[in-house]
Amino acid sequence: MSDEKPTVPPVHWESGLEIKPVYGPEDVERSGGWDGIGRPGEHPYTRGIHPLMYRKRPWTMRQYSGFGTAQQTRERFDYLIRNGQTGLNVAFDLPTQCGLDSDDPRAEGEVGRVGMAVDTLADMEQAFEGIDLNRITVSLTINGAAVPIMAMYFAMARKRGFALETLRGNCQNDILKEFIGRGTWIFPVEPSIRLVGDTIEFCARHAPKYSPVSVCGYHVRESGASPAQEMAYGLSIACAYIEHALERGLDIDQVAAGITFNFDIHGNLWEQVAKFRAGRRLWAKILRERYGATSERAMKLRMIAGGGGGGLTIQQPENNIVRGAYYALASALSGTQTMALCSYDEAYTIPSERAALLSLRTMQILMHETGVCDTVDPLAGSYFVETMTNEMEKLIVEVMEQLAAEGGIVQAVAEGRVQAEVNRQAYEREQKLRSGEIRKVGVNCYTQEEEEPEVAFHPFREEEAAEQVRRLGQVRSERDGQAVAQALEKVRAAARAGENVMPAAIDAVTAYATVGEVCGALIDVFGSYDEPIRF
Amino acid sequence: MNAPGDAARQPVRVLIAKLGLDGHDVGAKTVCRALMDAGMDVTYTGLRQTPEEVAAAVARTRPEVLGLSILSGAHLPLCRRMKDALGAEGATPRVWIVGGNIPQQDVAALEALGVDAVFPVGTPFETIVDFIEREARS
Repeated sequence: MSDEKPTVPPVHWESGLEIKPVYGPEDVERSGGWDGIGRPGEHPYTRGIHPLMYRKRPWTMRQYSGFGTAQQTRERFDYLIRNGQTGLNVAFDLPTQCGLDSDDPRAEGEVGRVGMAVDTLADMEQAFEGIDLNRITVSLTINGAAVPIMAMYFAMARKRGFALETLRGNCQNDILKEFIGRGTWIFPVEPSIRLVGDTIEFCARHAPKYSPVSVCGYHVRESGASPAQEMAYGLSIACAYIEHALERGLDIDQVAAGITFNFDIHGNLWEQVAKFRAGRRLWAKILRERYGATSERAMKLRMIAGGGGGGLTIQQPENNIVRGAYYALASALSGTQTMALCSYDEAYTIPSERAALLSLRTMQILMHETGVCDTVDPLAGSYFVETMTNEMEKLIVEVMEQLAAEGGIVQAVAEGRVQAEVNRQAYEREQKLRSGEIRKVGVNCYTQEEEEPEVAFHPFREEEAAEQVRRLGQVRSERDGQAVAQALEKVRAAARAGENVMPAAIDAVTAYATVGEVCGALIDVFGSYDEPIRF
Repeated sequence: MNAPGDAARQPVRVLIAKLGLDGHDVGAKTVCRALMDAGMDVTYTGLRQTPEEVAAAVARTRPEVLGLSILSGAHLPLCRRMKDALGAEGATPRVWIVGGNIPQQDVAALEALGVDAVFPVGTPFETIVDFIEREARS
């Protein structure tokens, strides 16, 4: 071996790790060795959570979609399913996400704009009518208002004849990350976690195949976190929910089996791969060593790895199609269970049908034409990938330990410290983009003078919002008002008494109580969140 | 009391607000940091402000600059209400800017409401800083 230092400029990953020009077996040894690799489908699942991975079951394709009324959203769902999509990921409009009804003054101008408007069970019924809920699994992207929306989904499924005991699907329901980024919180931090606990407990008892929480490193990353922080914050958040559930006396194997993950895929390809392989291994170890889990399902980090919105650009929007393909490759090489891509027009608008189809086709081309599904974890054994998987794991542990030493994720979020930290990084990243230190094609290199983007904006139709309000008014006038009032009182009583609110919420929405009414009943007891402003 | 001429050296006072239900606050908060780094006196409202609440804050604190960040697409209805609310409070800031996910085709409509400049996603910080420095002191 020569002792000469490499004469090339240093390269660092966003997470801070330095990358050598060449890796060899000694690097793997030095970074922690080969022992942590294991076999696919076996603890600690570095190589994937199934023995045969995509050879047996390719990833689920689940584009995030929804806009306007339930009827319009349903048409987009049908279009995607007709074109080969294998799951649904529902986007709700902002009033629904914030627990407001479509006729609330605060909802003005926002009804159906960035997702599907849902006020009552009637909307939920219309959106999923005729869809086999166990064949096309449904992911509900709802957080602050998860209690009424999950309750509506369960009530709808029951009415359709699906037993909760066998119902599959998942809900995002990760409120801690909403306080960090995305911002659809409703209640203060502590009761918010308690409500997540209620859904975990309810599912553990009554809907064991349903995943009540999908912990999102995704939005923390989009808010400015590095990939290592994304994984560290995500796993720390998952631990917070688990510890809350364990305090209720629930079984670790049951609780952990209901928790899935949602991660981001933009940035350095190899950094993502190392992040996922390291995260999967670390999660398995945490479950077994810290919490004493014994079931395999509990220890497997199941995830959707997709999106990549933070990597897309307004400039030269068609470049985003190419970026999407690389992100999809990163996701597949990382062993994801589900994939979704941000569409090329998504930096501007709700994806057009054409853009959504291109995202779907991107994943289908990857799956069927590139051979990426032919063998499990094809990168395993690479000196570089295994070294960096080891290094990433150490870094993720470091971030988690530091967070724990500073009082833990819940306190850090409540005080706004995580928010301030990731925003500081977002600011620094933006400055590096401006200075050209981080290269971004079409933004700070290979720019074009004529930048008229040819992106069609998703039309917002006032009359559809008006139709939604009219529909809500009709449901309100036709339902049994007294039954609704009584059911809402039971929601309040359960919240006050510290009982699980889910049974009362399901009864209330079955009586056609609205999202806003159920959230309002909970606000009566818990109050609203007061956002800490910290820089 | 400041001596005449010192006024120009007083930091420009800016209120950055998130209107409506949109939770995308990375842009608003990074712009706050950029303006602070440029020596301005910046207040950030946090998420989910109504136009009426923001107008009341403008009337109360009298910033020279009001900056709104909107990425949900609801900028036109929200800015219409913002204009009415500012009028009702009798509190028109010297400079009113809007940033976020704003299509070019909506810029004229926003300007007709009294918005002085629109800074879409991707606008360099220095463009915003320079505009404020120039307009707020004019």
